[in-house]
Amino acid sequence: MGFKPVVLWTDALIYILLAAFIWLGIYVSRKEDLRASWRQICSRPMAMVALVILLAYIGVGLVDSVHFRRKLPAAEPGAESTHKQTAQYAPEVISLLDVMTDRLRKSVERTYSAPLATHSYAKETIEMPDGTQGRAFPRLKYGGAHLTDPERQWSDDVTITVVRGGLIGFAAALGLDAIVFFVLSQRRRIGAGAMAQSVLRGKTETAWRATLGTITFLIVMSAMAFSLSFHYHLLGTDKVGQDVFYLSLKAIRTGLVIGTVTTLVMLPFAVLLGIAAGYFRGWVDDIIQYVYTTLSSVPGVLLIAAAVLILQVYMDQHADAFTSVTQRADIRLLFLCVILGITGWIGLCRLLRGETLKLREMDYVQAATALGVGSWRIIIRHILPNVMHIVLISVVLDFSGLVLAEAVLSYVGVGVDPAMISWGNMINSARMEMAREPIVWWSLVAAFIFMFGLVLSANLFSDAVRDALDPRLRGRA
Amino acid sequence: MTGYLIRRILYAIPILIGVNLLTFVLFFVVNTPDNMARMHLGMKRVNQEAIDKWKAEHGYDKPLLFNPAAEGAGKFTQTIFFEKSVKLFVFDFGRADDGREIGVDIRQRMWPSLAIAVPALIVGLLIDITLAMLVAFFRATYIDYWAVIVAVAMMSISSLFYIIGGQFLFSKVLRLVPISGYGSGLTAIKFIILPVVIGLVAGIGSGLRWYRTIFLEEIGKEYVRTARAKGLSELRVLFGHVLRNALIPILTGVVVLIPLLFLGSLLTESFFGIPGLGSYTIDAINSQDFAIVRAMVFLGSVLYIIGLILTDISYTIADPRVRLS
Repeated sequence: MGFKPVVLWTDALIYILLAAFIWLGIYVSRKEDLRASWRQICSRPMAMVALVILLAYIGVGLVDSVHFRRKLPAAEPGAESTHKQTAQYAPEVISLLDVMTDRLRKSVERTYSAPLATHSYAKETIEMPDGTQGRAFPRLKYGGAHLTDPERQWSDDVTITVVRGGLIGFAAALGLDAIVFFVLSQRRRIGAGAMAQSVLRGKTETAWRATLGTITFLIVMSAMAFSLSFHYHLLGTDKVGQDVFYLSLKAIRTGLVIGTVTTLVMLPFAVLLGIAAGYFRGWVDDIIQYVYTTLSSVPGVLLIAAAVLILQVYMDQHADAFTSVTQRADIRLLFLCVILGITGWIGLCRLLRGETLKLREMDYVQAATALGVGSWRIIIRHILPNVMHIVLISVVLDFSGLVLAEAVLSYVGVGVDPAMISWGNMINSARMEMAREPIVWWSLVAAFIFMFGLVLSANLFSDAVRDALDPRLRGRA
Repeated sequence: MTGYLIRRILYAIPILIGVNLLTFVLFFVVNTPDNMARMHLGMKRVNQEAIDKWKAEHGYDKPLLFNPAAEGAGKFTQTIFFEKSVKLFVFDFGRADDGREIGVDIRQRMWPSLAIAVPALIVGLLIDITLAMLVAFFRATYIDYWAVIVAVAMMSISSLFYIIGGQFLFSKVLRLVPISGYGSGLTAIKFIILPVVIGLVAGIGSGLRWYRTIFLEEIGKEYVRTARAKGLSELRVLFGHVLRNALIPILTGVVVLIPLLFLGSLLTESFFGIPGLGSYTIDAINSQDFAIVRAMVFLGSVLYIIGLILTDISYTIADPRVRLS
């Protein structure tokens, strides 16, 4: 089956970010002092657990960032020779994740159903076995459709599926662990058994026990989840019958984009202006300070609301410029990131200005000036490397705040496009259903838990990064 | 010191002008009155006549910056810039799209906002500082370690969860307080309690961590060692010395917030149906009433700048070094 790759705007930015991170990794691995800081992070179990979970989220997000359009099956072989060259592609843009979770995406029920349910949430008029009409809970089209007698078979089937999935996952995880043990032991030149022993006792310098433990746990859990989701809606379905588990997975990308692309957008401004203000002082400093004080005095939510309202007007008037719903939603997401970036660069800019003011009085900078080195050269060679830790810390610290902000903004009505799958939109649409009886809790809880996992691991990891990179904190912990 | 304060206040004027220009550009240049009219009248089947009528009704039918048709000073005053933007400086907010006077609404709605925000700030501050002192007392023990982790976990939970969960638990399951609404006078208390409590709980995580960092920074300083060397007990050191010196960084964070309390909280107020300025803003955003959003943007900036000036004043009171220099 052919396909045609589609690169959305946010995709392109994500690829740039990925490249930047790989470059950063290579850069760090070549500098001994930076490597030492990262070794300190790796030696903390809590940081490694957080990192593994974070990487799992990022993995899902990356898989979801490869978009393409499927080739439509050729209408009639050799029917029209003129159309032979130009293949037809489906208008719908899908991602790699959609292909991987094809079953989840396509198994759409009529309306709400509880997690792992076999029957719908709402009563409907259906035809009874004896031919009469009656009100009852209809069977779901996909959830537990393979069961002939759900009342009796359900609990056994679920248990068996969970255990089977767990065992398969555990076996896979053990295999992976064994490979890691083997590679590690080769590098240390000790037996794999001895290596395994020191890992299990938590004696290794890098916190391998916590890392491998988390990986094993994640693999087992996702194996269970996926084996269940083959026959059931693991987290139920939402109002229009979409699988909540699928929605939660799709929302990961939105959250990650908000958290990272925003940073990418604001970083050049913050770094350039912050350092320029601190280094050149005088009128440059006055202007930059004036700009950021003015921007920061407008309450952030209101500035975002005003900008998004205006974007809405613009997009309504240029509706023909956007070819598909996906593209439209993507542009809006990108714009939201830009706006969040505009309100978010101020804090970092202020910090960098202060730090540069201090650094420019340092002996090595004074010496460079005396030797006649140009301003920009000094900034790039001497100042920038010495403020990088501040940049990195604030990037990591901002991330979780931005993910949380997305949900709030979507609630206020100035967040991502309503057509975009995000935790904020999930919460927003589920909020109204709290009044129902019995209560529809699953999409709300699913969104909160997925969001909590991402934000908590980001927060814990950022703490470790800050402790390791901030020279003021170094040696205190 | 008076000279210093006067300079600070004068410095606020160009910032306010900047904010004003920014809102003008955002609301009238990027998004022209024609667009606004079209949006309110609906996108389809709208003719220029209807647009002009809407603009005339809402006072947007003038040129943006310069009115050549008018006489004398009217060339500048009978423009959108003067009538809609410059008048904000004297707190003349004009009318909302439904014809109500925005200034009157704001004066009415600020009281419910304050009724929630003020107790939440004061009690929150007390709780956060007390807890942070406790944690700082037990620093570098397991209590400290786990308190920080719990704080991080608490601040990782979305504020929406605290509100939705709190409403569900206290109002729906336990039926202790009404879910939402507001009353006048003392009846308001039963409506206020839950939002305040939820605000406190939601704020403990970040508050505890923030104040703990401040206290630990102070504890590492020389004068604390001196105080211990004098033989003071750890509690006297903490309350007599550390707390008093930590007041300066605490003030920086808190005083700037005080004027902003008027604006209330967007989320809390709209979830609990409290007729404050927060829900006013959210309603305006949802009904795309640009006049109200513009007024709130300007009001918010004014309050923030007042907060900055108050912070400077509080410095001079708390720190004699600032006063003397």
